[in-house]
Amino acid sequence: MPASHFEAAVSRQPGTGVIGLKGEVDAFAEEALNAAYADAARDNPASVLLDFREVEYINSTGIALVVGLLAQARASRRQVLACGLSDHYLEIFQITRLSDFMTIYPDEASALAAAGSSPALET
Amino acid sequence: MEIAPNDPIVAYLLGVDGPVDIQSLDLDSPAAKALKAAGVRLAVPLRSQGELIGLLNLGPRLSEQDYLPEDLRLLDNLAARVAPAVRVAQLVREQQAEAQERERIDQELRVARLIQQTLLPKTLPQLPGWEVGTYYRPARAVGGDFYDFIEFPDSYLGIVVGDVSDKGVPAALVMATTRSILRAAAQRLDSPGEVLQHVNDLLHPDIPPNMFVTCLYAVLDTTSGRLLFANAGHNLPYLRTAEAVTEVRATGMPLGLMPGMTYDEQRIELGPGDSVLFHSDGLVEAHNRQREMFGFPKLMALVGAHPGGAGLIDHLLGELSRFTGPAYEQEDDITLVTLQRSGDASVTPAGAAPRPQLAGAAKDDMRVLAEFELASAPGNERRAIESVAEAVRELHIEPARLERLKTAVAEATMNAIEHGNKNRPDLPVRIQLIAGRDELSVRVTDHGGGQPIPQPDVPDIESKLAGEQTPRGWGLFLIKNMVDDLRVTSDETHHTIELVFKLEGASDDAS
Repeated sequence: MPASHFEAAVSRQPGTGVIGLKGEVDAFAEEALNAAYADAARDNPASVLLDFREVEYINSTGIALVVGLLAQARASRRQVLACGLSDHYLEIFQITRLSDFMTIYPDEASALAAAGSSPALET
Repeated sequence: MEIAPNDPIVAYLLGVDGPVDIQSLDLDSPAAKALKAAGVRLAVPLRSQGELIGLLNLGPRLSEQDYLPEDLRLLDNLAARVAPAVRVAQLVREQQAEAQERERIDQELRVARLIQQTLLPKTLPQLPGWEVGTYYRPARAVGGDFYDFIEFPDSYLGIVVGDVSDKGVPAALVMATTRSILRAAAQRLDSPGEVLQHVNDLLHPDIPPNMFVTCLYAVLDTTSGRLLFANAGHNLPYLRTAEAVTEVRATGMPLGLMPGMTYDEQRIELGPGDSVLFHSDGLVEAHNRQREMFGFPKLMALVGAHPGGAGLIDHLLGELSRFTGPAYEQEDDITLVTLQRSGDASVTPAGAAPRPQLAGAAKDDMRVLAEFELASAPGNERRAIESVAEAVRELHIEPARLERLKTAVAEATMNAIEHGNKNRPDLPVRIQLIAGRDELSVRVTDHGGGQPIPQPDVPDIESKLAGEQTPRGWGLFLIKNMVDDLRVTSDETHHTIELVFKLEGASDDAS
């Protein structure tokens, strides 16, 4: 039976809402991912960080969900960062040019350091 | 009289000791009511191994007195002795009935086999410069396979291979009818497509509902080597040349389903040494003990690896028996017809028409790694990935390339589930993996044939972020970027996307 194998946990850092994604980013993840983004963006941080460290699988529907988040973030002039992508999904983010619209860091620490130092936003 | 197994009297009679006074029985039981109405006074249960197998029923005594205690003892004693004998008699009767039923079925199968074998050609056509081979083996249940040769003047030969959708005598009768109509039509009409059209129109009003006939009809010009054929839903023939083996496609609806159908014609040229294999479902749909199918890719690879001619038949049968193992009960009729032009240079060379070179031609050293089906349900692409990863383990694909393969397979499977099969769980997605010396091919087939293949917009992230394009639509784009080559084929019912990966690192990465 198809079921969601996705979880999203939200934590708050100064100026950044962090979404820790876990499992499979596909159609079944839609509700949980959008809820997590709404939660992370609630107190209007300058940026939102998507941490993909524990993600095992992203398909084209998952890419569409990330595009949807980017569009929402853009509308509210919020920066989106990403970290923890495997080499394969980093390549996919480059092929789809998602990487042109979100800054990608190797891990959460470097992403947060960069977010703290550059709160400015370019879209 | 029969007593229903759920009648409360059954449990009651199993629980009592000795004869029962029926008239004083107070049970809500149809059987008790019937016994009372029939005037039964005493019923003596006959029991064997805890089961009620019968009743000894007695009416009132002729003396009009009640039964005495010694009568009851006598009856009880009698019942204990009679019951085992009655049980044995019942078993014998059941076995006789089963034997009669088996005999009736066997008799019917003999009739079906007789009809079929009487109508199959007794001899092979003798044609200078050509070698014809046939093989026909009915399944125990006798399917509806048939083949036929029609010899025309002027060195033309008609070749028919077909399969009736049912089994046994009904299939044999429809086969006989189809054969006669086709033979008559072939005498009047030259075009194979017109012949099939005519047969379909004549067969349609007479064929039992839900039955149909797949049939391929070819006309060979033995002088030029030109083979013209039309196909009513039958398996596609394989053409083997020195360079490649190709599946030659001509499409059309099976005979007898709908009136007014037309049939495409396909023309191929057989040069010296070239051969064609016609075959029925029985071979490709044979299963081994692991319930895997023999499958088209394996057959195609075997045809490619063999020099052809009638020897091909023995080779294929050997491979089939290796595949199925010794204790194989054949599931369906198997029919194979081979046609080979001899390599002798004295034979008139083939005409000037170019030989068809179809995409996806198998190479001689191709082999099937895996073949499986998935139900069309969202999320099932994960299963496809797992099975594919398992099947290619022996190829030792480098991890980064394996990830690309998995993504391409996932996206192709998702498209098949969602767009091809419209998420209908009854329509499976079929996946075949074929490995050659330097490439791996993954074929994903759905039931989305007969419709134009949509050409989605090239996804553009700027347009998507601006809301000018849907955020979705990345699937095909991802596939194209993951594979080395992409081939798409479609017929009336199926749509296949073939993902090709170069092996041994010969890739031109997009990254």
